Amino acid sequence: MSAGTAERSGFARLLSAEWTKLRTVRGWLIGLAVGALLTAGVGMFIASATVCSQPGPNGSFVACSNTSGPDGREVTDRFFFLHRPLTGNGQLTVRITDVRAAQAWAKAGIIIKQNTRSGSSYAAIMVTPGHGVRMQYDFTHDVAGPSGAVSRTAPRWLRLTRAGNRVTGEASGDGRHWTTVGTATLTALPRTAQLGLFVGTPPDSGLTQSLTESTQHVGSALATARFDQLTVAGGTTGTSWTGTDIGDTGGMRTAAGGRQREGDAFTLHGSGDIGPAVSPLLPVTPIERTLIGTFAGLIAVAVVAIAFVTAEYRRGMVRSTLAASPRRIRVLAAKAVVMGSAAFVVGLAGSAAAVALGSMLLRANGNAVAAVPLGTELRAIVGTAALLAVTAILAMAVGSIVRHSAAAITLVIAGLVFPYLVTAGAPVLPAATANWVLRLSPAAGFAIQQTQVRYPQVDTAYTPFNGYFPLSPWLGFAVLCGYAVLALAVAGFLLRRRDA
Amino acid sequence: MNAAAWRLLRAEWTKAHTVSSTGWLVAAIAGTTLALGGAAAAATHCSSGSCDPIRTSLTGVQLGQVAVVLLAVLAVGTEYSTGTIQATLAAAPRHGRVLAAKVTLLCALVLPVGAASVAGSLLVGRAVSPGHGFRLLTASALRAAGGSVLYLVLIALLTLGVTFAVRNSAAAIGTVLALLYLTPIVAGVVTDTRWQRHLLQLAPMSAGLSVQATVGIHDLPIGPWPGLGVLAGWTAAALLAGATILWRRDT
Repeated sequence: MSAGTAERSGFARLLSAEWTKLRTVRGWLIGLAVGALLTAGVGMFIASATVCSQPGPNGSFVACSNTSGPDGREVTDRFFFLHRPLTGNGQLTVRITDVRAAQAWAKAGIIIKQNTRSGSSYAAIMVTPGHGVRMQYDFTHDVAGPSGAVSRTAPRWLRLTRAGNRVTGEASGDGRHWTTVGTATLTALPRTAQLGLFVGTPPDSGLTQSLTESTQHVGSALATARFDQLTVAGGTTGTSWTGTDIGDTGGMRTAAGGRQREGDAFTLHGSGDIGPAVSPLLPVTPIERTLIGTFAGLIAVAVVAIAFVTAEYRRGMVRSTLAASPRRIRVLAAKAVVMGSAAFVVGLAGSAAAVALGSMLLRANGNAVAAVPLGTELRAIVGTAALLAVTAILAMAVGSIVRHSAAAITLVIAGLVFPYLVTAGAPVLPAATANWVLRLSPAAGFAIQQTQVRYPQVDTAYTPFNGYFPLSPWLGFAVLCGYAVLALAVAGFLLRRRDA
Repeated sequence: MNAAAWRLLRAEWTKAHTVSSTGWLVAAIAGTTLALGGAAAAATHCSSGSCDPIRTSLTGVQLGQVAVVLLAVLAVGTEYSTGTIQATLAAAPRHGRVLAAKVTLLCALVLPVGAASVAGSLLVGRAVSPGHGFRLLTASALRAAGGSVLYLVLIALLTLGVTFAVRNSAAAIGTVLALLYLTPIVAGVVTDTRWQRHLLQLAPMSAGLSVQATVGIHDLPIGPWPGLGVLAGWTAAALLAGATILWRRDT
């Protein structure tokens, strides 16, 4: 037998010895099972106690309705639309002389839309009070054009051209020199689509935060825009314009849109927004809401991982363990592999059950569960299992360093669980502080559970409490892994230096 | 109190004051309670009419209780991890007395430091509250203060019961902290108001801390004293479980 094989079989024997220790202590198996049950059970409880309702007429509450966009993801699609049918290719040019709205992301401009159904495919060129000219299409796409606000002294010309499936948006400051802002290819656009002017504004949302409270006020808002010098080219039918409030009247819509005509000028007002649905602005429940029990599961798994090393010191068994395997680092490695694997399996069972059953319960209670790509959903589920595995290894290493179970669990809870609880669990810390805590502490690893996407074109409270972590999922997870590697290195160093 | 019980109590006191962690944890109870309470009082700007400056000043209790939990766990858990519990129980064949001695010791430790922390938090809160202070000698302020001290004592005894039941320091800390903090988190997320109310009425921390409220009492999920009563129920159940396991097992 070569030395290499001997070493490998030696490590295999170590693994088998550690696995035997883990599975023969009844309390530890109970602890691991509790970890899985907490992860899954809390999520299922939350799902069954979450009912969706949004403000209806006369202070009542109605079941949530959600609108799906062309790709199946939830969208917001409410605005005032002054339109006429366009068959085949065509072009609309208009001058905007005034936009009055409180929101930086209020929108006024030209839109071509599949039909007047909320959620249908579209492309639009628009002016905004705070973000200049934008070309947006199919809810998630946003291209910036010339910056600057619109006023009577600085009007803005916009032009939208359809050629087959291609829609091009252009902007101009004088009506003669045009800049192409963007081009969209809309495969869902039928031969006869709706072309016209639109106005909308997101609700007036302000965020107040302090150490003890953080609330988002969502009020109503109305935007008004003045259009003139309207020219239509191509196959439009008829000369009359139809005004339609797109989207339902529930949720954030409180004011109805409308228009006034004076000569060749139109003044339109409308509320609502066109864009991806983003929580907490809209009642869309992200799937990671069912994974909130993870922190409790983590505590259970960390307790077992700590006991897994400290019990050896307490009973003096560590002397036989180390005598049987003089290369102490390998003992630590074997313990890490066994404990990490056990925690991963337990975590996977818990998180898969939480997400699968939790989202079923959420839908049964009338909630709109945010649709995410399968890969993202799997990353949240498997990532939660990995979160438990890395935490178990971290806890084990901390236990090996301090050799005292009460001190070790206190360190793990103080370093990993508390930072999570006061930022993402409850809005105890102001968002800016919370973001720093979730960049620097091991709790950054919880970012692996985030499935929601930040959209720059939608203003909402992108705070940890609303499920938006400051670091990307894998980067946040890497921070946690860094802490685990550091703790393992210190534990390994001390294990070689200290007496057992 | 007879001589045997007195000796047991002396023994518990000797164990407690010769361990350096006791002093550190007592200091931590006061330090964390005062620091968080002062920070919360300074940071909270009271614009609406529904705010409760006394309760805000006592926010620190939510953090100070962690040190109380650690103190209570170490009063028992260390004996289990070092094996001295066997000597302790052999010296006092009537195990109920050991439990009674630990209860007395914890009360003697937590009552004074809890009272000092709560009184200090109110004084600090009144000094740093932006704009307006509050009166301390009103019935509701005294209820909030006295109730907060009792809250800390009940948390210590709840932890003691859990530690005797699970006989492991790390497991006891994990269990108690999860029990305390899980329900407020869950209650903050669920949207079914009926369930939310039930959770806040039944959870040891949420129900127990309702004793700190001085305004809007009628809108609370549970009243101040009934809320503390719910926590007392949890404490009684934990002590009973701990006593049962202590009685049925020798170590």
